[in-house]
Amino acid sequence: MSDIATTEAPARGATQRKLVEVRGLKMHFPIYAGVLRSRVGEVKAVDGVSFDIYEGETLGLVGESGCGKSTCGRAILRLYDVTDGSIVVDGAEIAKVPQANLRDLRPTMQMVFQDPQASLNPRMTVAALIGEPLDEHTRLSKKEKLARIYELMDAVGLARSFANRYPHAFSGGQRQRIGIARALALNPKFIICDEPIAALDVSIQAQVVNLLEDLQDRLGLTYLFISHDLSMVRHIADRVAVMYLGKVVELAPREELYSDPFHPYTRALLSAVPEPDPWIEDKVERVILQGDVPSPANPPKGCNFCTRCPVAVERCHVEDPEFREVQPGRFVACHLYVDPKSGTVEETAASEANEHPTRRRS
Amino acid sequence: MPDGALPVLDVKDLKTVFRTRAGEIHAVNSVSFELKPGELLGVVGESGSGKSVTMMSLIGLLPMPPAEIRDGQVLFDGQDLLRLPEDALRQIRGARIGFVFQDPMTSLNPVFTVGYQIMEPLRKHMGMDKAAARVRAAELLKLVNIPDPEARLADYPHQFSGGMRQRVMIAIALACDPEVLIADEPTTALDVTIQAQILELVKELRHKLGMAIVWITHDLGVIAGIADRVMVMYGGQVVEQAPVRELFKNPQHPYTRALLKTVPRVRGAREPKLSVIEGQPPMLTAQPGSCPFRRRCTHALEICASRNPPRYATGPGHDAACFWDAKTGTARHV
Repeated sequence: MSDIATTEAPARGATQRKLVEVRGLKMHFPIYAGVLRSRVGEVKAVDGVSFDIYEGETLGLVGESGCGKSTCGRAILRLYDVTDGSIVVDGAEIAKVPQANLRDLRPTMQMVFQDPQASLNPRMTVAALIGEPLDEHTRLSKKEKLARIYELMDAVGLARSFANRYPHAFSGGQRQRIGIARALALNPKFIICDEPIAALDVSIQAQVVNLLEDLQDRLGLTYLFISHDLSMVRHIADRVAVMYLGKVVELAPREELYSDPFHPYTRALLSAVPEPDPWIEDKVERVILQGDVPSPANPPKGCNFCTRCPVAVERCHVEDPEFREVQPGRFVACHLYVDPKSGTVEETAASEANEHPTRRRS
Repeated sequence: MPDGALPVLDVKDLKTVFRTRAGEIHAVNSVSFELKPGELLGVVGESGSGKSVTMMSLIGLLPMPPAEIRDGQVLFDGQDLLRLPEDALRQIRGARIGFVFQDPMTSLNPVFTVGYQIMEPLRKHMGMDKAAARVRAAELLKLVNIPDPEARLADYPHQFSGGMRQRVMIAIALACDPEVLIADEPTTALDVTIQAQILELVKELRHKLGMAIVWITHDLGVIAGIADRVMVMYGGQVVEQAPVRELFKNPQHPYTRALLKTVPRVRGAREPKLSVIEGQPPMLTAQPGSCPFRRRCTHALEICASRNPPRYATGPGHDAACFWDAKTGTARHV
């Protein structure tokens, strides 16, 4: 895996400082079978992922179910013991640190989960839920703790009078606010939002996304926003990484990725999103991918996308493309990428590649 | 679709309530709509808006009790489905009216082969023998673009992927050549690239087979791509109804207008800030004597709290249940 250079300058309050650096991250889950439960293989849920997240930015991580995006997020927070790779968060290498020693680092990095119903203990009040991280990691007096809980409830837009209610008394959107307040309790720098709006209704999604954006502006937070909703990611993210079958296939600043995707999978994925506009729907040309995603326990030889790729050539079935920076700030893992300056393709596939007018010309 | 043709399905004033210990839930409140031959009617709404319960009510699929259909009429081929005996309804359900549900994992029986499950309606409703049903079942799998259909008949549901299972569900729904197909969030559980495959398939099949379709979804993008006409539901009621382009161009109800603004887009200009519909959807416990959207509405008037607005015609085939007139920006004369 190539090293990633610091070249891009992300938007909205983001600095040049890398808060999170992920290199060659692998998370393989063993498969056991037979009477003796012997190890017969592994699910390569995350298979060599590298990216940086700059302080103050939102990196969107998109992909379809089973592509490894959630596993990747959980692995970065060391909710798993990772198979291989390096994870640096705020200057500390945490990939191989034993779980017990991670406790001190946990306040810096927090997570907002998808299902606020399942991630909140139904027997704890809102005040207890938000106060739990404070009990674990701080020594505030009762009074100070309550003041902090109220402060957090104000920040996420929950009325203070709700403090003694239980999660069942809240709607999905309000529960997600409780989850966000809990994540904020210890003043983290980095928050992973794992599909935070997927379980919410359309009219509530915007409320939660706006809240996340406001908090980012106010507190200078850095987000990894994991989602399958490409239109919401376009709204919230500064840069976007696209995952397919355990690997990042493309990473680019938001507008460049959406207006001019380089990877054939990104193109197909974006073209598949339905647009709430009948006139656009009439005109849009869809790349309909054939078949389904292969099993991560048995990925194809060569490029992971070669079994469904509409433009794959022979080389794609043999050699795994390297994830490399092809333009400042733009990374892609595809043999067929055309260099706009020299106009050359690395393979004999110039004809196929040129059929795609979305490819960058300069 | 021929204009002025007799509707295949004519629903009038449907009222469904659920009796719970906490009181009655008015899940469907005076819903009326028509489905014309060959048309695709999109039904949009959020969870709890009553879109699924409406469709389940009209084909008798709700458990009663706790559900109770309190009022209304559902005309299908001259008969009122709500007053039909169970036996007669069974002749229609699954044969002349087909269904596809959201979750293809739970709507197929895991212990029977896919072939058995496609052949079941053919044998029950069409009186086919085993051999004939098998031939037809393979044809149906081919129709929904499943490769190697004869061999796949012997497979069990777990041997199919999510998208393939939804194709099987569509094949079962189409088995008896239904006049009406009711599809309840059929692509919601699928990934976006698989959803695109299924939407292509449905567009192709509806022109081939010419049936009328009711397509329930919360996704305005899906509606924009496949529907001829759209019905927007909120709080158990129809708040707006219009031909698809008219709805997206001239939304009249404040809820529809706000909903269209709140969804971000993948193409075109990016909106710097999402507009928000404040508040929560209503609890449907009270007898609805007021507009269900009034607490979240930016145009709410005094009358909205004391009366439930009727559906006002606002253009050809277009109506909206609102006392506020979007065209003039003022209150309607009531």
